[in-house]
Amino acid sequence: MTGQLVQHYVVLAAVIFAIGAVGFLVRRNVLVQLMSIELMLNAVNLMLVAYNRQHGDSMNGHMFAFFIIAVAAAEAAVGLAIVLSFYRLKASVNSDEADTLKH
Amino acid sequence: MSVGSLFFSVCALVALVGAVSTVAAKNPIRGAVGLLATIVGIAALFLKLAAQFLAAIQLIVYAGAVVVLFVFVIMLLGPDANLGDKPGKVRFSRWGAAALLVASGVAAFFGMRGGWGDPVALGPTRADFGSSEAVGGLLYRQGLVPFEIATALLIVAVVGAIAVARSKPHAKKGRATDHETKRLFAGPLHPRDAERPLKKEAAP
Repeated sequence: MTGQLVQHYVVLAAVIFAIGAVGFLVRRNVLVQLMSIELMLNAVNLMLVAYNRQHGDSMNGHMFAFFIIAVAAAEAAVGLAIVLSFYRLKASVNSDEADTLKH
Repeated sequence: MSVGSLFFSVCALVALVGAVSTVAAKNPIRGAVGLLATIVGIAALFLKLAAQFLAAIQLIVYAGAVVVLFVFVIMLLGPDANLGDKPGKVRFSRWGAAALLVASGVAAFFGMRGGWGDPVALGPTRADFGSSEAVGGLLYRQGLVPFEIATALLIVAVVGAIAVARSKPHAKKGRATDHETKRLFAGPLHPRDAERPLKKEAAP
């Protein structure tokens, strides 16, 4: 083996993304769902950086990953604030109970 | 197996085990620890991909801020944070996840038939590739406008999070005489506490 291929990183990132997506769909705990979203964002970051390593003449992938990290931090802060507010409203963290606008 | 391959394998294993335990953990605290493992593993992989600046940012922002925020909220909710999933109830989205798995399996099958493409080895890069100087220079030259928009986004997110998560002071008669600052910072978290007056420990 002559070192790492970019395919290894892409497969790893795809697997982590799939784990996050399945977790988001299967779990009903809002906290775990938010953590699954973070997993998916991390997988995308890994893929961006790997492809940027392949095309090493620019560093636009690093810039994209930087902005994704910033947006993910903002998303986590607002999402957790909404979780707290939801818990105050329903005394639950089950996302099935967020149905006030459903009926 | 060379040292680099071993490093990659260990980091990938840590990241995968962390991801699985994030999704599968019954206790959200364990999920947060799994997320931490994934983040640290991916940061180490960033180092291997010559992205030192992003590895540092990943550790500072994710491991230092986001995971700590998750742990804060889980601790604030206490034992009720475990109550999210009701066991033994098959829901539509569970079938959706199964369909997603089947679809990705089919896609992987057809992708494998075409092969992985030519193997792209990651050779040496420029000396300053991924350093904080290079990325920072790029951010302040090409990405200046998105950078400033990101700062505005973070400010708005912080103010919005405080506005959403803060407990609102209720205009009830029993609570009207409560201490203002106390009501602002120590409002009820659980709905059953909403009727309970705050002055109880201050009265004697």
